[in-house]
Amino acid sequence: MTTLSDPPVESFRLSMLLNDTRYRSYTFQFIALLCVLGLFAWLGANLAANLRAAGLNISYDFLGDPSGYDINQTMIAYTSQSSHLRASIVGLLNTLLVSILACITATIIGVTAGVLRLSNNWLVRKLMAVYVEAFRNVPVLIWIIIIFTVMTAVAPAPSAFRGDDPDASMLFGMIAFTNRGVYVPKPVFEAAGWIVLAVFLASVVAAILYRRYARKLLYDTGRLLPTGWPTLAILVLPALLLYFVLGRPIGLDVPTLGGFNFSGGINLLGSLIALWFALAIYTGAFIAENVRAGIQSVSRGQTEAAASLGLRPRRIMNLVILPQALRVIVPPLISHYLNITKNSSLAIAVGYMDLTGTLGGITLNQTGRAIETILLLMLFYLAISLTISAVMNVYNNAVRLKER
Amino acid sequence: MKKSVILGALTVAGLAAGAAGAATLDDVKARGKLNCGVTTGLVGFAAPDANGEWNGFDVAVCRAVAAAVLSDPTAVEFVPTTGKTRFTALASGEIDLLARNTTWTFSRDVDLKFEFVGVNYYDGQGFMVPKELNVSSAKELGGATVCIQTGTTTELNLADYFRKNNMEYTPVPIETNAEAQQQYLAGACDVYTTDASGLAATRAAFENPGDHVVLPEIISKEPLGPLVRHGDNDWGDIARWTLNALIAAEEYGITSANIEELSAGTDNPEINRILGTEGNLGEMLGLDNEWAKRAIAAGGNYGEIFARNIGESTPIGLSRGLNAQWTDGGLLYAPPFR
Repeated sequence: MTTLSDPPVESFRLSMLLNDTRYRSYTFQFIALLCVLGLFAWLGANLAANLRAAGLNISYDFLGDPSGYDINQTMIAYTSQSSHLRASIVGLLNTLLVSILACITATIIGVTAGVLRLSNNWLVRKLMAVYVEAFRNVPVLIWIIIIFTVMTAVAPAPSAFRGDDPDASMLFGMIAFTNRGVYVPKPVFEAAGWIVLAVFLASVVAAILYRRYARKLLYDTGRLLPTGWPTLAILVLPALLLYFVLGRPIGLDVPTLGGFNFSGGINLLGSLIALWFALAIYTGAFIAENVRAGIQSVSRGQTEAAASLGLRPRRIMNLVILPQALRVIVPPLISHYLNITKNSSLAIAVGYMDLTGTLGGITLNQTGRAIETILLLMLFYLAISLTISAVMNVYNNAVRLKER
Repeated sequence: MKKSVILGALTVAGLAAGAAGAATLDDVKARGKLNCGVTTGLVGFAAPDANGEWNGFDVAVCRAVAAAVLSDPTAVEFVPTTGKTRFTALASGEIDLLARNTTWTFSRDVDLKFEFVGVNYYDGQGFMVPKELNVSSAKELGGATVCIQTGTTTELNLADYFRKNNMEYTPVPIETNAEAQQQYLAGACDVYTTDASGLAATRAAFENPGDHVVLPEIISKEPLGPLVRHGDNDWGDIARWTLNALIAAEEYGITSANIEELSAGTDNPEINRILGTEGNLGEMLGLDNEWAKRAIAAGGNYGEIFARNIGESTPIGLSRGLNAQWTDGGLLYAPPFR
């Protein structure tokens, strides 16, 4: 019988920090950390010393002062007497509005163009290639300015709608395309109108439930219920009936020409439209390439297998290829969404008052608090970007390959 | 991107402190060139001509200072700035002098830490509209779309004016005068508002200036003048007294034509002191005694500069108005040279 003894425990010596590979990496990491911390401390101290020497102090008191300027697109109540903070929030909302609109549109354009780039039709395939190459190889700022300039140069001024025989007329008598933007009617809800809206929302839920039931029935029993017309009926009929029963409680506030401009209705500013479309088509070109890469990453055998089961090409794409391609598409899609949000700060080129235009533009200028506003601006953009990342990562986790 | 912004901010702060510490006069002399901030292009005030030479009313101030300090009116590096970038450029030390029709206000002087060295043009904010709109008063502008240069005092005046008169308007913020002109001519806005002098200059550059009218209302006081950084009073004095020398020269009848003759000595001690034949004013500034003579010789006195760049015989056609000498009922009044 032999006795087993533990291997001798080596006592830790200081020289092992350099000589022993187990500890050496810690040493270097620690030194690097010290260097980075030292660099930031030096930069910070330098900033503080220079600010003191220049007689400046870091203070955010200006955020409470009246801003004194007006903004052309405000989604919350705002006047020139509101505070700089409120002006920043107006800008933030404008940034979010254009980013969300551009993200949705870019996704639609990108997926369509990406799928069509793999089309068997030579013309369609080449057209999409031209679109992708033309748009992603020209800076987005140029596209913003091109679209804006074309809109202001081509569309008629509001005064062209004046007179008995005007040069321009409104589409359906309701929508006016002018060089200042598009004026569309605004729905006006009376008290009963909200009931109609509530019923409509309820029918949307009902329609979704019906489709889910139809699918379950199909999987369980193999019986195929029609989904097209019943969905439409559920969506439209109750709300429509109620609308007439309650005496048409939803009206339209149609824009009318008065004074210098159209009044009433909703004015989609030319700058918003230019920025929105430029960001959407520019980023759409990148997304198209992602989608193409994603689709091509799905092995060809999948298509052939699906075809041999008798699925039609559209169903193969929707049911077999795209769900698998999403795993490749979604991660880069997140960065494109982040890019759209950050590129929206080019808004000032066309006078769209986003966060950079209000907080980082006029507020910075009128108060002269450059460092404070830039830091705040960075914080806002960082918060938006991290939020988008977080939300998209949740989605990514939902579509990624489930390994069991 | 984010990192470069913070590093940029740190650099700006660093440069500002470095520049404030050193004497600007020594820096300019060592460099052999004056860095002067001007507009990105406003005909009559500061715009490059066909040969790339900068010309204009504000440019003349830069040239006079360069002549006084460096004995060479062409030793100027013109830095085009927008309404938004001008103050950062000055605070960071990128430019030594800002001559960019900038309004002298309390907060710019006190809070932004600048030193206005005087007023070279007394102005006020006005409105320009196309004639076909048949507007005769700014009070009729309710509901209009207004093009406005962002980052200027005009933005705040406009908000105040419309609020005071209970009128609505849509602002279209625009970065430079050239873009504003383009937007206004395309009809993207009904009205263009800026300083009345700027409106006159912009209108003069139109193909058909007669199709546009400047409304009679002047809604604000805009004393425009050159400015320097806080903290270097010697440099501020040089800029201030160069401007005063130009104004005083007109008052005493010193012109670019007779300056050589007068500098031989006159029986007016004030003229002698300005031109350096009597006393030692130049030494007190840290320059030589002929500084003012060179400044005046560079482009003539205030009146000559005005007449040549924006006066009634130019396309801009501004009358002297408030900018006449005090002896002619204007506001120009240079303190005594003694």
